[in-house]
Order: sequence, then C-alpha cells, then structure tokens
Amino acid sequence: MPRRFRWTVPYLFLVPGGLWLLAFFVVPMVVMASVSLQQGSLAQGYAMTFNFGIYAETIARWSSQFLRSIEYAVIVTVLTVLIGYPMAYTIAFRGGRAKNILLLLVILPFFTSFIIRTLSWKLLLADNGIVLGTLKEWGLLDSGFRLIATPIAVISGLTYNFLPFMVLPLYVALEKVDPRLIEAANDLYASRVQGFLRVTLPLSLPGLFAGSLLTFIPAVGDFVNAQILGSPDTTMIGNVIERLFLSNNDYPQAAALGFILMAAILAMVLVYARLIGSDKLTTG
Amino acid sequence: MSAGAVPIEARARTASGPAPLNRPNLRARLGRMVLPVYTGLVVIYLFLPIAVMIAFSFNNPAGHQNITWQGFTVEHYLSVWGRPDITGPMITSLAVALVSTVLATTLGTLMGLALTRYEFRGRGLTSTLIFLPMASPEVILGASLLSLFVSVGVQRGFLTILIAHVMFNISYVVVTVRARIAGFNRTLEEAAMDLGATEWTTFRKVTFPLIFPGILAAALLAFALSIDDYVITTFAAGATRTFPLWVFGVSRIGVPPEVNVLGTLIFVVAGFFILVNVWLQRRSAAAARSRPT
Repeated sequence: MPRRFRWTVPYLFLVPGGLWLLAFFVVPMVVMASVSLQQGSLAQGYAMTFNFGIYAETIARWSSQFLRSIEYAVIVTVLTVLIGYPMAYTIAFRGGRAKNILLLLVILPFFTSFIIRTLSWKLLLADNGIVLGTLKEWGLLDSGFRLIATPIAVISGLTYNFLPFMVLPLYVALEKVDPRLIEAANDLYASRVQGFLRVTLPLSLPGLFAGSLLTFIPAVGDFVNAQILGSPDTTMIGNVIERLFLSNNDYPQAAALGFILMAAILAMVLVYARLIGSDKLTTG
Repeated sequence: MSAGAVPIEARARTASGPAPLNRPNLRARLGRMVLPVYTGLVVIYLFLPIAVMIAFSFNNPAGHQNITWQGFTVEHYLSVWGRPDITGPMITSLAVALVSTVLATTLGTLMGLALTRYEFRGRGLTSTLIFLPMASPEVILGASLLSLFVSVGVQRGFLTILIAHVMFNISYVVVTVRARIAGFNRTLEEAAMDLGATEWTTFRKVTFPLIFPGILAAALLAFALSIDDYVITTFAAGATRTFPLWVFGVSRIGVPPEVNVLGTLIFVVAGFFILVNVWLQRRSAAAARSRPT
C-alpha cells in the first residue's frame, strides 16, 4: 500500500466491526429511547409525542422491583467476592502445575447451558429434593422449610451463575502480583496478614473492580434466575422488562424501563472508568 | 494429575527440613491445607448442578416431570435422536453459533489488531464502543434490538438472532485477542522487518502464528457464549426456537430427560476440546523448553 494511504489501515480494520456495533448496539439504544417517548398501541401504531412523563410514571410504578434488583445484585457481588477471592488467590499463588487445570474446572461447568444449570439448581433446592429432602428426613429441618421461591434461592442461583465472572478477573490480577513483593514485605517484618492487606490486596484491586462490574451488571438485569427459582415476590426489573416487551407488548413503558436501567448502569460504569481508565477494562 | 502431585509433595518435604512431624510444623502444614481444601469445595459446588444434570440424563421418570430419581436407564441416549422437536432447535443453535463465531472472530480480530498495532484518532472512542456492549445487561441489549426490529418492521427469526449474536460476541473477541497481542514481544516483528521481510510477510510468518492461540481462544469463547445465550435470543427470535429457548419453554410442563442427554453431550464434547487444547499447549511449552537455546 502506498505510504500516503498508510494512515487508513487501522480504519479499514475497524470499519466492519465498528459498523456492526454502531448499527446493532448504538442505533438500537437510540431507537429504544425514542420508542419510550411514543404513545399508541401495537394495533394502531405508535406516534412520537415526546411523552417524558412516562419516565416519572415508570419509576413510580416499578420502584420496588428496581430496588430489589439492586439489592440482590449487591448481595450477589459481595458473595462472589467472598467465595471467589480465596479461590482466585489459591489458584494464582498455590496452583503450581495444576493452575491451568484449576482454571478449567472453574470455567468447565459454564459450558453447560445457562438454562439447564439453573434448572438443576431448582432440582437441588426443591422442597423435597436431594438436599432439603435428606435434611428433613434426618429431622434436621422442619418439614415446612423451603428455599425455592424465596429470595435466597434467587440470590444463590445468581451467585452460582456469575461466580466465574468474579474469579477470572481476580485471578488475572493476582497472577500479576510479583511474589517477591510479598517476600520483601515479610522480610521487613510484616506479618502474613499485613503483607496481604498492604501488598496483595491493593495490587488485586483492578481485578476486584473488573470482577464487580462483570458480576453486578448481568446480575442486576437478569430475569432467568428470578423466573426459574423465584416467586412473584422476587420479581426483578429484568422480569418486568421482559414481560412488558414480550407478553404485554407495552413497548413505550418497556423501553422507558430499559432506558432507565441502562442509564443507571452507564453512569456507574463511567464513574468506574474514570477511576481506573477504560483502556484497562478492555485489556484486562 | 496425581503423578504430577508427587514430586511437588517431595520437594515441599525436603524444603521444610528433615523433621516434619514436630508440632508447630504440623500446624503450619494443616494451615497450608486450608486454602486448597476450600478451593476443592468450591469446585465441587461448581460441579453440583452439572452432576445433577448428568445423573438425571440416566433417570427413568414416570411422568412429565424428571425431578425425582426413578431408576437407571440409557434409553434416552438413543431416543433423543428420534425427537426432532429437541434436535431441531439444537441444530438451529449450532448453526447460529458456527456462523456468528466465524463472523465475530473475523470482525473482532481486525478491531483488536487495529487497537494494539496502530496509533490513530478515535482510539478512546472505539475502546468505549467495544466496552459498552459488555457493560450492558443482556436484557437491555435484547430489548433495544427488539425496539429496532419492531420499528423497522423486520420479521424476527434466524437472521435477527444471528445479527444479535455477532453483536454481543465482537466485544469478547476483541478483548481476548487484544490481551494476547498485548502480551507478546514486539521486537520479534521488528527483527523480521530488519531482516528484510515485508509488512505482509511479517504478519503472515510472525504476528499471525503468535496471536493464533488468542484467536482460537476468542472463537471458542464466542461459540460457547452463542450456543448458550437465552436472554438476548429470546428478544431477537420471533417464532424461531434455539435450544435454550426450547428448554426454557418446556421447563414449565417438565423437562424431558432427553434435554439432560443433550446437555451432557455438549458438556462432554466441550470438556474434551478444552482438555485437548490444554494438552497441546503443555506439549508445545515442553517442546519450547527442551529446544536448545
């Protein structure tokens, strides 16, 4: 290629994928925003009326589902950190030759369909299933005790399904920590706990940030876990959006809800990106 | 694995001195066991639902509901192939996954190369454009696509599912490929150029072989994400049924054991490919070590 056209090379590489994302990610977002401001019905068609009032109406109507989703997603994120951090730490520092195998064991279960996995959880948590049934038979649990259709079931399903999104970024961050730094801290009379708190933990923060985003975001919008494992009392905002779009065909209200959720998450991500730099997020 | 564990154990013993059984040492050794044991428990937790899925693929349920253990049978491994209502959606899923993987891997690899190999105006914006779909909940991606399809008046079906899958896969491909490109030494390319290779030859003989494992990993990830997707697909599908959509649809009346059979088979095949991949990596790493320097 002649030298004076060299500058076009990166753009040529970017154009096909970039256009795809523009046409099927950016444009749909704009369309969704515009649909939310329209009024009408599926039968008679929709007309743009700049009906901004729908946003106040929507927030008022679905605020409890919104708050519940955020509450569940926060709990799930904390749980995945508690379960995942020691595991990522062990794989990174103690994995030895088994490191790759252990990482595989983390990922392998997720090559089974999300739906089938969640249905299996339903079996495990069932009122008289393998776990509860046995415990009830032994008299360790009251026969009326149940997990399915409770918030605990939904949260446990979400935690299970999104755990690898926490473990993998944490592992990547911990793996980069130079063990000599920890040795140096120990040589300087830091206890093992101090060494962890003042060397390892701060160095793993980028992984913790990335993992929290990757867990919180899908958890807050999920509706599969709440639908399979929950009850009407555990309805999350994703369930509402799905139902309004696909069953009720109430497009404006569904679009408004989607737009509010997206805006809330975007605001959060931008703050995060400012804190650690968006380049870091995509290079891992 | 057990063969590999022996020398590590032996090394640990020689390192910790000749008297491993006095009290503080025993305590320290027990203390060192906590994390590995914990990790083992988490792995068991991760595999619990998989074990249930596999077990119930061998169950012989009486009615519609495959939820209590009735008896062992391998019958469903044979009968599943005569159930076009199950294999049909599976074939749709495989077709979508294959085509979307090829498209997304091509588009994403090009973008990854542009972002790591070139300085240009609009890099930050491009990075953000790639990052945002990953930062959006699937329900939003699906809902916004549905808004578009409804507004334009497109018939939803195979093509719209494909469009959606390529869209969400591109970002994951870029991230995976980029990590691989960022990880290798640029001086190798410079050496090739210094030795008179053209830019294209350098790419073909040096860059591409080096980033190929990254491209392969990206393609595997894209395939896995695509074949498994429920949320976005449900918005883009119309009347077309992929495997996850079909399973979710029947889950209310009861999931037939044939679904567990297909789930088990996918799991086994995926596991096999991954293990082969790891084995190949280990072998090439061992070959690289034994090569004279």
